Amino acid sequence: MSLGFPELAAIRLGYGLSPLMPPPQDADAVLAGVARAAPGADAVTTDEAREFHLRLGELSKARKQGDKKAVDEYRTFARSLSRLTVIDLQRRMVRAVDDPVGFGERLVQFWSDHFTIRPMGAGQNPLAMAFADEAIRPHLTGRFEDMYVAAETHPMMMLYLDQTASRGPNSPFAQKRKERGFGLNENLAREALELHSMGVGAPYSQKDVRELAELLTGMTYTPAKGVVFQPQMAEPGAETVLGESYGGGRADMADIRAALTDIARRPETAQYVSKKLAVHFFSDTPPEPLVRDMVQTWRETGGDLARVYRVMVGHPALAQTMGQKIRQPFDLLAAGFRALGVTGQKIAALEHPQNARWLFNAMNSMGQPWGRQKGPDGWPEEASAWIAPQQLAARINWSLRMPRQMLDELPDPRELLETTFRGGQSPELAWAVPKAESRAEGVALILASSDFNRR
Amino acid sequence: MLNPDRRLFLKGTALIGCSAAAHPLMSSMTFAALPGDNRLVVIILRGAMDGLDVIQPYGDPALRQLRRKLATGPDRGALDLDGFYALHPGLAPLMPLWKNGELAFAHAVSTPYRDKRSHFDGQDVLEAGTGNDLPVDRRVGGWLNRLLLATPGATAETAYSVGVEQMKILSGEAAHLSWAPRASLDLSAQAQLLLEHVYQADPLFRDAARDAIQIGAESMDMTRTQGPTADATALGAFTASRLNGESRIAAFSIAGWDTHANQEVVLGRALDRLAAAILALRDGLGANWGRTTVLAMTEFGRTVRENGSGGTDHGTGGALIMAGGAIRGGRAYGEWPGLGEGQLYAGRDLMPTRDIRAYAGWAMQGLFGIERDRLERAVFPGLELGEDPGILA
Repeated sequence: MSLGFPELAAIRLGYGLSPLMPPPQDADAVLAGVARAAPGADAVTTDEAREFHLRLGELSKARKQGDKKAVDEYRTFARSLSRLTVIDLQRRMVRAVDDPVGFGERLVQFWSDHFTIRPMGAGQNPLAMAFADEAIRPHLTGRFEDMYVAAETHPMMMLYLDQTASRGPNSPFAQKRKERGFGLNENLAREALELHSMGVGAPYSQKDVRELAELLTGMTYTPAKGVVFQPQMAEPGAETVLGESYGGGRADMADIRAALTDIARRPETAQYVSKKLAVHFFSDTPPEPLVRDMVQTWRETGGDLARVYRVMVGHPALAQTMGQKIRQPFDLLAAGFRALGVTGQKIAALEHPQNARWLFNAMNSMGQPWGRQKGPDGWPEEASAWIAPQQLAARINWSLRMPRQMLDELPDPRELLETTFRGGQSPELAWAVPKAESRAEGVALILASSDFNRR
Repeated sequence: MLNPDRRLFLKGTALIGCSAAAHPLMSSMTFAALPGDNRLVVIILRGAMDGLDVIQPYGDPALRQLRRKLATGPDRGALDLDGFYALHPGLAPLMPLWKNGELAFAHAVSTPYRDKRSHFDGQDVLEAGTGNDLPVDRRVGGWLNRLLLATPGATAETAYSVGVEQMKILSGEAAHLSWAPRASLDLSAQAQLLLEHVYQADPLFRDAARDAIQIGAESMDMTRTQGPTADATALGAFTASRLNGESRIAAFSIAGWDTHANQEVVLGRALDRLAAAILALRDGLGANWGRTTVLAMTEFGRTVRENGSGGTDHGTGGALIMAGGAIRGGRAYGEWPGLGEGQLYAGRDLMPTRDIRAYAGWAMQGLFGIERDRLERAVFPGLELGEDPGILA
């Protein structure tokens, strides 16, 4: 049976259907819902994150100097910082489960993955939270260039891609300390072109990477000073990136922003990022007309993301490619909670160690350890990366366990089948569910089915 | 009702390979002979093992100067190996292997990775098996996968990635199987039957579930040990069970080596796990242990000086631990660079005297007959294998 727009939108663009709330009725409702993914009351700022990081450093120093009290204080503080990974997952899960549409939170995930960062050590955990609240959430519906500049110049990105270790080789700073061998680190410049904007196949050269890296020198971050521009670390002279010359006068952030903005406006960026959106939301091999329409709108509007989303939401490909994507473990958990009517309030009430076991560990066994992506390219998109035998076994086991963890009384599987798929279930699933031996196994069949694990 | 033959069919396929064509993991299935009887297990020790504490070069007088708090040498509890090196007491359960010629190590080894000392990058380089000529994030695919590509007759069943996480060392074009020993499927017979029905029209789920049900059932018999080394024992026991079947190559990882503070305790726990995994492999492999080579490798070593918090920091040169009945054990390999002034790397780390990949390369040459040229160009591109250290018996 073919699904109507509300059901399709909830399943494909959000976190699935819920018996507690109606699906979005039309494209306007889907797009309007994105506003709810703006930074919330619990948003973390870089300044707050710096204080946490500095405090950890002070306690660590005191501990090393043999201060007995500091040993305990350090341990307690470090432990609470390390638990932030799970706390952050929990608060993201609460928003995903409670949002009536879900498209905004799905976009937060998409863009956070497009601009993958990874905290190195618990001291950076608050900054990783600030990254989503400062670089991603405020820019979901703006122009791509605004999010791009915010992400590349965010301290968490600078730390992750080694901008904080990059110095102009001919800068006064490096020249004064020749024996220390300070020099350029190209990591951020490379990924800014390759992963975050134009894509690896685009016509840029190693020279562009190097000159962009030289232009980025001077931009740095320390927990003590925050984000600063240090002209004495900047490579002197103008740099040419993709044929355009930047800087040459007194080095400052304005030249960096100008170059990044130009890169964000390139046609290759429109192509690469539009296709990536289509791959994430529609299909590992998205229909050409969909990508073409998105790119056209991107270029006509100067990368106005809200307009690009409107093309996606209203496109016939939404129905045509139904079921071609696998729900990543985060999405599966959110969809499972929603389908069972588990509220965000209930998830928010989980305390240590339940929140770690039932959220983080569950996703970890499915191959998605939250916040621990292997590289700057983020989580894989292709279906086969998520359904290896041990990963599928973890999904099946979760389907058996989670409902018993979260609910006092399990729903009737036949009703759950109806509220979860609204007629979109496969004949195989419809045949099997009523034959389950118990409620628990009937519910598990639904959550473990390919119907539910696909979107 | 569901056709009862279908269930039999699902159970049987992975065993006899009769539906190989339909199984994406088995797309390379040929009925050529398997790549011999020799077995290779690679254990990645994540977090940078302190080689100087695990195999203590107490015969070098500088060691005690550099490490006053960390216990070193036989007079402080370590087990003498050869008058120069002593084994950390945490590996005491492996002493019988040393005496049997089934345990060895090579000191002062490293990958080509230098200077940034990042765990993540270091592990990526170790698993990719490439040099420094590529940016870190371009080093895709692992060297065990390239070994599979170079091995005639290799099938998906030949290699196993064991554990929950993806092992980069086995990622790449060549098909292989993966499973986590603690992954199990506690399905009732009816639930399994119904699930097979639900998945039947979806090949991705159908095939993964078939493998999961099959492997899960096969690994049910394993002893469920408890305690801090239970996971490591399970990894070793499961790996052994696969290597007793058609698999010949396996990889898994043991974490917990990042001993910045309180090294005595932290390292002890990690060594317990390593010893448990190796003993579980030996016990599980039985007669096949004699044809097995285990290489335990870490991303880099640690600073030669102990730090102010009873630990050590990220360094460069480290140690390779080798075990198995196929090795020429009971001896130390490698050239000792010394710990004196001017002998250290960057004034702080053990100076690497050999690329760790050379040992792995010579092991693969001896175990699977991979030609030298292939090893230096395809498996470890750009590596010069150098002289054969003769680690195999």
